Amino acid sequence: MDLSSINPILLIASIMISATPILLAAIGEMVVEKAGVLNLGVEGMMITGAVVGFATAVSTGSPTLGFAAAALASAVLSLSFGVLTQMLLSNQVATGLGLTLVGLGLSALIGKPYEGMKSPTMSKLDIPILGDIPVLGPMLFSHDPMVYFSLFLVLAVWGFLKFTRAGLILRAVGESHDAAHALGYKVIRIRMMAIFFGGACAGLGGAYLSLVRVPQWTEGMTAGAGWIALAIVVFASWRAERILIGAYLFGGVTVLQLNLQAAGARVPVEILSMSPYLITILVLVIISARGAHGAPASLGRPFHASR
Amino acid sequence: MNRRTLLSTAAALSLISATGALAASHGDKLKVGFIYVGPIGDGGWTFEHDKGRLAVEAEFGDKVETVYQESVPEGADAERAITQMALSGANLIFTTSFGYMDPTINVAAKFPDVKFEHATGFKRADNVGVYSARFYEGRAIQGHIAGKMTKTNKIGYIASFPIPEVIRGINSAYIHAKKANPAVEFSVIWAYTWFDPAKESDAARALIENGADVILQHTDSTAPQAAAQEAGNVITFGQASDMSEYAPMPRVSSIIDNWSPYYIARVQAVMDGTWASDDTWDGIGSGMVGIGEISDAVPADVKAEALALKDSIASGDYHPFTGPLNKQDGSVWLAEGETAPDGDLLGLNFYVEGLTGDIPN
Repeated sequence: MDLSSINPILLIASIMISATPILLAAIGEMVVEKAGVLNLGVEGMMITGAVVGFATAVSTGSPTLGFAAAALASAVLSLSFGVLTQMLLSNQVATGLGLTLVGLGLSALIGKPYEGMKSPTMSKLDIPILGDIPVLGPMLFSHDPMVYFSLFLVLAVWGFLKFTRAGLILRAVGESHDAAHALGYKVIRIRMMAIFFGGACAGLGGAYLSLVRVPQWTEGMTAGAGWIALAIVVFASWRAERILIGAYLFGGVTVLQLNLQAAGARVPVEILSMSPYLITILVLVIISARGAHGAPASLGRPFHASR
Repeated sequence: MNRRTLLSTAAALSLISATGALAASHGDKLKVGFIYVGPIGDGGWTFEHDKGRLAVEAEFGDKVETVYQESVPEGADAERAITQMALSGANLIFTTSFGYMDPTINVAAKFPDVKFEHATGFKRADNVGVYSARFYEGRAIQGHIAGKMTKTNKIGYIASFPIPEVIRGINSAYIHAKKANPAVEFSVIWAYTWFDPAKESDAARALIENGADVILQHTDSTAPQAAAQEAGNVITFGQASDMSEYAPMPRVSSIIDNWSPYYIARVQAVMDGTWASDDTWDGIGSGMVGIGEISDAVPADVKAEALALKDSIASGDYHPFTGPLNKQDGSVWLAEGETAPDGDLLGLNFYVEGLTGDIPN
């Protein structure tokens, strides 16, 4: 075994890239769940974002526009989920699963002409001074802007939920929609906004896959990343800072196991391959065993003002 | 006979005639089903099988009806999908991935009148035939080019599952890379998936970061090509499909699966009533394995050698597994001049001497 061929600088840089799509999708979904809505359509919104982002970037030549279009498209798609579950009171689980199926089908349809094309790549940020630091520079400060945006988003969501009045109201809606309603807050409107935000984040995550991480459009390319994002929300017990840890841990183990294989580590491949999932399940079990779930009390429950 | 029985008899009669008409319409049209492991848009394996399906439609026109299901997971769910297809009246069903082997055999036992063709497997029944292509012949040519082209002497290989088909490919590529350049080393990553662009891309990156400047893939998407292109100075080969959108660099050549002639022949055999379960394993010679154009990124002399190798394999003069070859543990597999029997190749579960690492079980 020759582990010296693994370059820690490149490894950590890869981990950051690998974790970003699920980080974006998971932080969005967390806000949705904090408002008391369970949207299982993350996978569908991600792949829609992936295809719309790719298509826009190819036709306009601008990855930034691609990301914006992806966020918008997935957010609009998520609104259909919002209308069905919040206004027409359909079952959230079934509707969310439906959204995933719709997203997968729709993206295949939209993406047909874009197969095999190449997207304009997003240039890496050239951060002065920080980027010149010997080891840390190439490791942490030479990524594309979306990596930093995702980190900023985690910070913003954390601050929003912890320190702002609006964040408090959002949490109140998620904990007890009846109490929030009695206090005069517009439960449905707040939830719709949360769903919209969640959709936009999932779209960005998907577009990161098709524009930066892979970068190309292939049908079904999210390959379950949306479900991982959902698991990470539970893993993080609905806390923004733990979402970051969860996404980086998952991304880290995924990339590390591939690097260990490439370096010829004498560890059974089966164990390496299942390790990301294994560790996720393990942490989920530990969290459940401790009993501190932290799930919003109204999560997944339908709300109607007359009840 | 009162009115009620009269009515129900009439209803039953019309129902019978309706089903009769349905059966008749099935009678003139042969229904051919395809089960795919990935989406058609994967640009690789499934894409090529679907080209075969379209060729069948083009060849027989109104005489056939084709149906397909994409992204069917290997394992228990496959049995459901195949059963569904058989129940819907398909006369001939192609199941196009190794993992459908047992499900195909199980479903075939329940539908003795339906004919099944399973790709890349080795289990047969009276109504189950198997077919595959000798991809290892193409791998030999890739290995030669890879050995000649590598500057770091490190070749990365993204493998899918540890099955004989994949192991044959690794061995064949290694043997010929080693012949071309005795200093080469292979690092193999088992991705445990046929299709997951993000993972394939990560695997390609991991190999490149570990020093590989040639990436061979046995997974189905074009993601490793994109990763190699981004890295620059890394060459790849199209897998299953030409992947020419990545030519001339990083994709310098490819293995193309050409299923169309086989699918057309088998559909014809069912129509003629001559279909019988058999075992087809064709290679470059018959055209089932095609070698995509070798791009200008390959030096002319290397290209000429690769084409000569292709011709000698096609004509049968040369077998990619020709002794002396030892197994990884150093024991003798093939003596000088001996070629590997098909039986050995079909069940191949060991690396040849020189490859490092273990094959997972």
